[in-house]
Amino acid sequence: NPYAGLVSHLRASWLSGKTRPMEYRMAQLEALGRFLDEKKQEILEATDLDMGKPSFEAYFTEILLCKNELNVTLNNLCHWMKDEHVDKNLVTQLDSAFIRKEPYGVVLIIAPWNYPIHLFLVPLIGAIAAGNCVIIKPSEISKQTERLVAEMLSCYLDNDCFAVVTGGVQESTRLLENKFDYIFFTGSPSVGRIVMTAAAKHLTPVTLELGGKNPCYVSDTCDVPNVARRVVWGRFFNAGQTCIAPDYLLCSLEMQEKLMPALREAIVEFFGPNPQESPDFGRIVGDKQFQRVRKLLCSGRVAIGGQTDEAERYIAPTILADVQPSDPAMQEEIFGPILPIVVVANMDEAIDFINAGPRPLAIYAFSCDSKVVNQVLERTSSGGFCGNDTLMHVTLTSLPFGGIGNSGLGKYHGKFTFDTFSHHRGCLHRNMGLEALNAPRYPPYTQQKLGLLTATFEVKRRGTCTLL
Amino acid sequence: MERMQHVIARARAAFNSGRSRSLEFRIQQLKALERMVKEKEKEILAALHADLHKSGPNAYNHEILGVLIELALAMEKLPSWAAPQHVKKDLITMRDEVFINFEPLGVVLIIGAWNYPFLLIMHPLVGAIAAGNAVVVKPSEVSENTAKLMADLLPQYLDRELYPVVTGGVPETTELLTQRFDHILYTGNSAVGKIVMAAAAKHLTPVTLELGGKSPCYIDKDCDLAVACRRITWGKYMNCGQTCIAPDYILCDPSIQSQVVENIKATLQEFYGEDVKSSADYERIINKRHFKRVMGLLEGQKIAHGGENDEASCFIAPTILTDVSPDSKVMEEEIFGPVLPIVTVKSVEEAIEFINRREKPLALYVFSNNKKLIRRVLSETSSGGMTANDVFMHSLVPNLPFGGVGNSGMGAYHGRYSFETFSHRRACVIKDLKMEVVNKLRYPPGSQEKVDL
Repeated sequence: NPYAGLVSHLRASWLSGKTRPMEYRMAQLEALGRFLDEKKQEILEATDLDMGKPSFEAYFTEILLCKNELNVTLNNLCHWMKDEHVDKNLVTQLDSAFIRKEPYGVVLIIAPWNYPIHLFLVPLIGAIAAGNCVIIKPSEISKQTERLVAEMLSCYLDNDCFAVVTGGVQESTRLLENKFDYIFFTGSPSVGRIVMTAAAKHLTPVTLELGGKNPCYVSDTCDVPNVARRVVWGRFFNAGQTCIAPDYLLCSLEMQEKLMPALREAIVEFFGPNPQESPDFGRIVGDKQFQRVRKLLCSGRVAIGGQTDEAERYIAPTILADVQPSDPAMQEEIFGPILPIVVVANMDEAIDFINAGPRPLAIYAFSCDSKVVNQVLERTSSGGFCGNDTLMHVTLTSLPFGGIGNSGLGKYHGKFTFDTFSHHRGCLHRNMGLEALNAPRYPPYTQQKLGLLTATFEVKRRGTCTLL
Repeated sequence: MERMQHVIARARAAFNSGRSRSLEFRIQQLKALERMVKEKEKEILAALHADLHKSGPNAYNHEILGVLIELALAMEKLPSWAAPQHVKKDLITMRDEVFINFEPLGVVLIIGAWNYPFLLIMHPLVGAIAAGNAVVVKPSEVSENTAKLMADLLPQYLDRELYPVVTGGVPETTELLTQRFDHILYTGNSAVGKIVMAAAAKHLTPVTLELGGKSPCYIDKDCDLAVACRRITWGKYMNCGQTCIAPDYILCDPSIQSQVVENIKATLQEFYGEDVKSSADYERIINKRHFKRVMGLLEGQKIAHGGENDEASCFIAPTILTDVSPDSKVMEEEIFGPVLPIVTVKSVEEAIEFINRREKPLALYVFSNNKKLIRRVLSETSSGGMTANDVFMHSLVPNLPFGGVGNSGMGAYHGRYSFETFSHRRACVIKDLKMEVVNKLRYPPGSQEKVDL
């Protein structure tokens, strides 16, 4: 196996214990911070070349959000690493009971192309913070960024403990044959299955950040211009190539009519009359993806946009009206700058529609009536939820970010990343003395001993509190 | 097979109806489960005796008490566990509602093991019900009396559609695993653990695997040997060694090996009397296949104590092996029987190195008066959990997560951890539709001023 040597080298470094001290982890994390600061220009240029990522967006997601995660981690690492002492029962009152956070060992992070720095760096922060050695596999589709990461990261991080592996499907397959102690994968559900199957051979725990079609319900009582702006922002960010983008809109026929001019206005406000000329609108990452997304335009009718330019891999910010559930745009995650509107009679129909499909990574609901927002929240299931806005729930480091069902398993961001890459070891330090207290548990077993044992171990129900 | 699909479909429909979501419903089901355990105590103890030769107080202590404790804890804490957790907001979300919602996953599968057949189904079941899920229960067919009893009892006390029991052997379990679940908790061995995870991968189903391994027990020269050996004897020979967190083997200095043997022998006498076979408190090996397997591990070994056996009753006496070679068969696989090998090591460094050369175990034990040495063993090894100066006890602290790492498993449960294992933590932000002016900073057209802000 071409990577066996690399994996054993990292495993040897891991066994040497050098990644364990907090000082070491902090130093590596600080180096990552320097990478973001010193290579900022290169990152903006690479992502621009890869998918026409507007520098405003690139700065926000690839630099700023990453630095936030870094700072939260640097500020709190000492606290996170501490043993967590827990409440004890009567029999263990005199003992020390705590949870020790331990690194897993050698972990693998596989990143996708759409936020190519952010989606390997944020997990990497947690993996390093937790004390692991890491192999990073950036996506070969975002070629310029892949090259940047492969060439530059080694100048900042300890090469004995952190390595970058490049390549395509074949290389990833061979890489996955090795035993890792944790695998963190961001990508599509179909590849997620392949990764988990490979992990099962070695009993390797995984986090899978996948995707799906994120529904966006807009009720009849809402502030139309604000809704339009927030939806347009979320949908067309990175030319729609965002796992948590609102994938399709559900609303009544009346709302579709009301929204249309507001959506048109928001698009012009953001990107000007010809978005192709705006520096703030991205491109599709590759020819294959461009072809795939363009085909989805044959759904419903093009109400806004629809223009394409193959040479530039440009697809205009597009709104499709009167889309049917059987149309192409409703068969797969769009991952492009197209927003289909599916008309529903009311909120109940919208909720039924959402629940008929696989559980998405995010659900959005817009309404001035908080009861409506809460109903959608309570009657559906998704990775995350945002009422009256799009995307924002993932920018908070205090909230877990992850999917459910087809949209993924596991979660990260902030402390959740550290916890993801840590084994939580339950520890109890007892006393050698006071052996008399243990007598009731030893054979020969008697009813009397049992009575004593029950008294010392059991948890009593408190009073007569009733919920009914 | 069709019946199985029908049973699962019915559980899913029952879950989708929403009736398992309210806290009142969940507590009512947990209360019913508590009634079942109390009212059917005799029947449960009889089944455990038939399966594993467990005596009444023994079975009550090791299987029923633990379940009652878990039930009491869940009913007590459920309102606080299930409450939305408000989290720290940032400048932009100051005026918003930001919280984590704990939601049921859907239809979950619990696959039990035969060694604590009642406990290992009931314990996770409490958490799965508390979290609001529908649960398909698959007890181990190897402990057939307990399996049959659970298939009879659970429908008498619990909602029949939401919590079906599926029985059967390997073919039935294989079929079960082709179905889609929203979480699978499996207790058993690593080989089958891999099969379960591979099957789960097809549906992207998260798994908790409670597996096993060889849990090492290091005895330092500086310790109260009599006490240490009593505690080890308790843990090793309980349930005839068939415990996933039993101290599998001992590591100690050659100079104390014979003292260890003598102390254990004395304790065995204390616990089980002169004639172990006639002690009501000593269990049997579950079946002939495992009996043969464990007996096979004795080949070529120096038996310092024990070795007596009787295939007809699956009896194997508490046995101690000395000067065991690290390469022998008994040191290859998890023993899961009343055979205790002692491997001598010259120092704690050697012990740590020995442990680290092998797969990460489910539990690790170290006996010493030297706190620094204990801390060192803890820091330089990895295991699911550990107890110093005793055995098992970390698994009995309700607030400690119980689970493995590496080959010994993934995920954890017990107490709040069961609830969280069977819940989805959904990140929620609810904003105002007004206050748009704050959002203007993030909208295109982008500009340097906006970036600087």
